[in-house]
Amino acid sequence: MIGLIMQSASSGGSDTGIIAFLTVFALAIFVGIEVVSKVPSILHTPLMSGSNAIHGIVLVGALIVMGEAHGTGQLILGFLAVFLATLNIVGGFVVTDRMLEMFKGKPSERAKPSADQASKAEDGSGAAS
Amino acid sequence: MLAATFTLADGRDLAYLVAIIGFITALKFLSSPKRARQGNLIGAAAATLAVGMTFTLPELRHSGRNLVLAIIAMVLGAAIAVPVARFVKMTAMPQLVAIFNGVGGGAAALISIVELLHLHSLGLQPAIYVTVEVLLGVLIGSVSFSGSAIAFIKLQELITGRPITYPGQQLINGLVGVAIAVMIALALATGSIGYVWVILGLSLVLGVIFVLPIGGADVPVLISLLNSFTGLAVAASGFVLNNYLLIVAGTLVGASGIILTRLMSSAMGRSLPNILFSAFGAVITATGGEEGDASRPVRAGTPEDVGVLLAYARKVVIIPGYGLAVAQAQHTARELEEALKARGVETFFAIHPVAGRMPGHMNVLLAEANVPYDDLKEMDEANPEMASADVALVVGANDTVNPAAKSTPGSPIYGMPIIHADEAENIVFLKRSMRPGFAGIDNDLLYDPKTTMLFGDAKDTLQKLVSAVNDA
Repeated sequence: MIGLIMQSASSGGSDTGIIAFLTVFALAIFVGIEVVSKVPSILHTPLMSGSNAIHGIVLVGALIVMGEAHGTGQLILGFLAVFLATLNIVGGFVVTDRMLEMFKGKPSERAKPSADQASKAEDGSGAAS
Repeated sequence: MLAATFTLADGRDLAYLVAIIGFITALKFLSSPKRARQGNLIGAAAATLAVGMTFTLPELRHSGRNLVLAIIAMVLGAAIAVPVARFVKMTAMPQLVAIFNGVGGGAAALISIVELLHLHSLGLQPAIYVTVEVLLGVLIGSVSFSGSAIAFIKLQELITGRPITYPGQQLINGLVGVAIAVMIALALATGSIGYVWVILGLSLVLGVIFVLPIGGADVPVLISLLNSFTGLAVAASGFVLNNYLLIVAGTLVGASGIILTRLMSSAMGRSLPNILFSAFGAVITATGGEEGDASRPVRAGTPEDVGVLLAYARKVVIIPGYGLAVAQAQHTARELEEALKARGVETFFAIHPVAGRMPGHMNVLLAEANVPYDDLKEMDEANPEMASADVALVVGANDTVNPAAKSTPGSPIYGMPIIHADEAENIVFLKRSMRPGFAGIDNDLLYDPKTTMLFGDAKDTLQKLVSAVNDA
C-alpha cells in the first residue's frame, strides 16, 4: 500500500514519497515552534522581518518552475514569480539588517567600559589602601 | 564508490541541507538581542548559497531563454528592493514588511499555478494530493498577497485605519469561504484546470475582505499572521515541487509565525480571534466617542510652563508613541532627556510593547537616536515607578496610556495592558490635536484635571521644551 503511494509520488521527478515529505513537514513545525519560544518583545519586529526574509527562499521554487516553463503563459507567470520572490528575499534581509544595525552591541558596549572602570576603581582603591 | 556517484544534483541537495541548517540557526539567533544581526546574516548567506546552487539545475542551464528571463527578473527585483529597503523611513518599516511579505505569498501562489500548467502541458494528470497541494498554495498565497496589500494601504493611511464594516459582512465573508471550498471540491472531482483561476480570484477577494474589518492598531499582529501564511504557502509550493528546502523553510516560518503572532497579541492583552473578528457584527459605537467633541474643557499649556514643571521635577517619565515617530522627534526627545538629566532630574523612557506601530518599533527608533539602553524601560518595569513620578510626558501616544483599557469593559481596547500615566502627579500630553488615537477611541485622560495639553508637532514642541528647561 505504502509502496503504491510512494510510486505514485514519483511523478514529480523525485522518487521520494509524500509520506517522507509529510514527516519532514511535521518535524519542521516542532522546530519552528521551539526556536522562537522565548523572544523579548523588543525583538518581535526584527524577528518577524527576519522570518519574512527566510520565506523569500520561495525564489528557489520560482527558479525551478522558470527552468521548466514552456510557452508564453508559463514564462510570464514564472517571470513574475521570480521577480516577486526576489523582492521578498532581497528586501527582507536588507530591511532586517537595517533594523538590527541599531541594536548593534549596544548593551555590551555599554556594559564593558563601565565594568572596566569599576574594576579600575577597585584596583585604584586597593593600591591606595 | 560513494564519491563516484556524487552528482551535481547531490551537491545541490547538500547545499539545500546546509541552507536549512542556516535558516534554523538564523531564527534561533534572531531571538536573542546579542546575536540577532549575526542571525540575519547567516540567513542571508544560507539563502544566497541555495539560490546560487539552484542555477546548476539542468533545465535552467540548458534553456537559454528561460535563464536570461530569470536573471532579468532577479536583477529587476533586486534593483527595486535594495534602495526601497535601505532608504524608506524607519517609521514606514511596518508597511515595508507587509509588502515584502505579500509579494512572497504572490510568488508562492504563482509557482503552484505554473507547476500545474506545466504538468498539464506534459499531458500528465497529477495525483489528487498534488492538486490539493497546488490549490492550498494558491489559496494561502493569494490571501497573504491581497491581505498584505490592504494592510499596506491601511498603514500608509491611503484608507482609514479604522475597522471597515458594512451590513452582512460576516455573511459575505462566509459565502466567499464556502465558494472557495466548493471550487476546490469541483476541481478535485473533475480534474479540470480552469477552476484554479476561479480559486485564485476568490482567494484574492478573501484576503481583502478578511483584512478590511481589522483596526489599524491591530494591523501589526495581522502582518505577523500573514507572514505565517506566506510561510505555509511556500511550504505548499515545496510539496508541489518535491523540494525539502521550501517545505522546511516555509514550515519554520509558518510555525514560528503563529507563535510570534500569539506573543504579539498577548502583549496587547488580546486574544487572536478577538483581534481578527471583534469588528464583525459588533456595533462599533466607539465607546465614549460622543464625548470626544470640543465641548469638554481641556487645559492647554505653554512650553514655558511645562519646561519649568519638568526642570524642577524629581522624576520624569517620557512615554513615546507613534506621534513621536511620525514627527521624527526621537533625536529631540533624547536632547530633552539629556537636558533634564543634566539638571539632576531622574528621567527615563517608558516603552509600551506596541508603541509605534509594531512591537519593538519604538526601541528601534530610540536606539537610532542613541538613547542609552538602560534608559529604555519596558512597560512592566516602568509601571511600578509611575506612582512616584512627578511628570508623565506623553509624546504622541494615546491608546497606550488610555485608562479605558482598565476601566471601561465595553471599550475596544479593554484589557490591553497600558502604561499607567494616570498615576503620575502631573500628566503632559504632546499632541497635534484632540483627535483620538489610532484605535479611534476617545481618551478620558486628556480631560483629567492633572493633565496639561501641549498642541503642535512633537518635534517642534520638544525643541521648545529643551530650551525652556535650559532657561529655567
